[in-house]
Amino acid sequence: MTIEELEQIAESVRLENAKFDYEVNVCMDLACASQGADKLREALVQAAAASGKSILVRKTGCMGPCSAGPLVKVDEDDTLYSHVKAENAEAIVSSLGGTPVPELQCELNEHFDKQVRVVLENAGHIDPEKIDDYISRDGYKALMIALIEMTPNGVIHRITESGLRGRGGGGYPTGLKWSTVAKAGGDLKYVVCNGDEGDPGAFMDRSVMEGDPHRVIEGMAIAAYAVGASKGFIYVRAEYPVAVARLTTALREARRRGLLGNNIGGTTFNFDVEIRLGAGAFVCGEETALIASIEGRRGTPKPRPPYPAVSGLWGKPTLINNVETYANIAPIVRNGGKWFADMGSERSKGTKVFALTGKIANTGLVEVPMGIKLREIIEVIGGGVPDGHTFKAVQTGGPSGGCIPADMLDIGVSYDALLKVGSIMGSGGMIVMDDTSCMVNVAKFFIEFCMTESCGKCIPCRAGTAQMHSLLTRICEGVGTMDDLELLEDLCSTVKEASLCGLGQTAPNPVLSTLKYFREEYMEHIQHKRCPAGVCKIEAPAEVLA
Amino acid sequence: MPTFTPPPLPSDDKRWKIVNGTMRKSGFARHALIETLHTVQSSFGYLDDDAIRFVARSLRVPLSQAYGVVTFYHYFSLKPPGKHTVTVCAGTACYIKGADKLVAAAEQRLGIVPGQTTKDGNISLMTARCVGACSRAPVVLCDGNVAGEATTEQVLAQLERWAVE
Repeated sequence: MTIEELEQIAESVRLENAKFDYEVNVCMDLACASQGADKLREALVQAAAASGKSILVRKTGCMGPCSAGPLVKVDEDDTLYSHVKAENAEAIVSSLGGTPVPELQCELNEHFDKQVRVVLENAGHIDPEKIDDYISRDGYKALMIALIEMTPNGVIHRITESGLRGRGGGGYPTGLKWSTVAKAGGDLKYVVCNGDEGDPGAFMDRSVMEGDPHRVIEGMAIAAYAVGASKGFIYVRAEYPVAVARLTTALREARRRGLLGNNIGGTTFNFDVEIRLGAGAFVCGEETALIASIEGRRGTPKPRPPYPAVSGLWGKPTLINNVETYANIAPIVRNGGKWFADMGSERSKGTKVFALTGKIANTGLVEVPMGIKLREIIEVIGGGVPDGHTFKAVQTGGPSGGCIPADMLDIGVSYDALLKVGSIMGSGGMIVMDDTSCMVNVAKFFIEFCMTESCGKCIPCRAGTAQMHSLLTRICEGVGTMDDLELLEDLCSTVKEASLCGLGQTAPNPVLSTLKYFREEYMEHIQHKRCPAGVCKIEAPAEVLA
Repeated sequence: MPTFTPPPLPSDDKRWKIVNGTMRKSGFARHALIETLHTVQSSFGYLDDDAIRFVARSLRVPLSQAYGVVTFYHYFSLKPPGKHTVTVCAGTACYIKGADKLVAAAEQRLGIVPGQTTKDGNISLMTARCVGACSRAPVVLCDGNVAGEATTEQVLAQLERWAVE
């Protein structure tokens, strides 16, 4: 495979598609599929056949606004239809070539105008099970450019220049990580893709793996070339069977096309990837625990150093990046580091994909330039809080993150700004809460999560989260005291300071941030035995307990 | 070095051949433990003592270690699942949208708590960490089929349909 051959494939796909007068894309991602996208697609195929028009009906990955699903997009004029049902298929087919069906047209212009699509550039345009679709949109071109025109150091330089930081949540500079692995000795190295999206409320990585799997594989291959690895692993949650199936197909197709295997692109570069299944352990998102899990052991973390970049999988230097990080690599190699660095804010470059969920009108996937104000994401892109309720907080970073109140929505989204307000960027979950959510109960929810997910290796995390949970339960039940609150705050700092890995070190964040911004809710529970949001069941009469 | 002969299959049940196939693919390497346990669970529905013993011996992993792995990961189950399974997603978005009410309704109807199966072996009630369909929260999986924006009535109606089958 050479660049010329890739272009030939792309050209033949374009010629093949040109045989059709119209291209109709149907979103088949989980959210749309659960609303009948399958039947809709069949209806469109039938309607197309009956109409006599030459129409390509393509199934694609997530188009973004899940709450408007099932979604259908007509390529010719870029018309997006929302809430499409199977019975609308004929109307859509007969409208092709004329004016779009007005009552089905998606009214989310502002939602899309604020977005910049880099990671999701192919979403809604390609069939994830067809490698040629990916190639026709410049797929694998970056790999060929890297292999044929660039040195491994040149690739690392370009990634460093782009300013890309790890999208798994930590925000470690990707170029720096790559150069550490590249400099590590030994001829056997590994690259690992962390697809263990354990953060509840986040599904960006699932959508990327399902909707554009080759993008992840290409990113991994470029990384392998840059750091000198020949073997890769993608670690995916077993809860994502579709992602596993799509990646399996993608790997097979890439091997068939000679884009994985030996002598890729006619060079001496060899690389192949294996899939490894997670088995439902949040802690396996931590890199040393993930390594233990790939090796077939219990996913308990190890103290660092040594970092995996020096001693990782089976003691060999190992590069671990998140799905979204790898998904950014190909466009950076293609368009240059500066192109990427021109997007975003001072110390957070590029774009970030968020899974916008909870009490918000437009739920779904959004990709925004770093630095965008939280308010814009929630009020403009997300369409605000529905049903006449008022916004209370937005939670980012999952169980490791914090809750950000309404008066802080004007901060720009960046690693540093989110850290400053007591939350973290995290992998990209963004859950909106309104006046019906009790923030003490929310804190309890997250601590319960961390308590059950604690691997049990270190005491601060194992025992600390359990004690924090029992204190929060007391407060939620209306039997908490001011002493409990003091003890809770004390425990937060112990668990934060003394835990071994990221899970424990960040577990107190949801408690700390709710204590900081919503302390009055804690006080209501403790002093007045009352849950302002009406979530906690406080039955005992106040005077008995006071 | 003495050559290693894997133990014989526990029975002539064809599913053991599938399990053996997974192990053979990795050359009976120890790191295939989790992969193999996944194969056992997808073939048999759960992991029983015989299966764990067989896999441990085949991969030359101490039984304690194999058992340790099985109990560490939430995805593995030591009990056979019911004929039907209702799984309520307990992810953050589903929690915010009231998944706890769905769990409570199912608990009350079935008389069991999450992780248990009704006495007649008909229905298992489970909760999931997050199935990644957060935009359609709250989410319920009925025998693996995703239903978004689920209501208590829908869940109870489904349980009713299963009960009278």
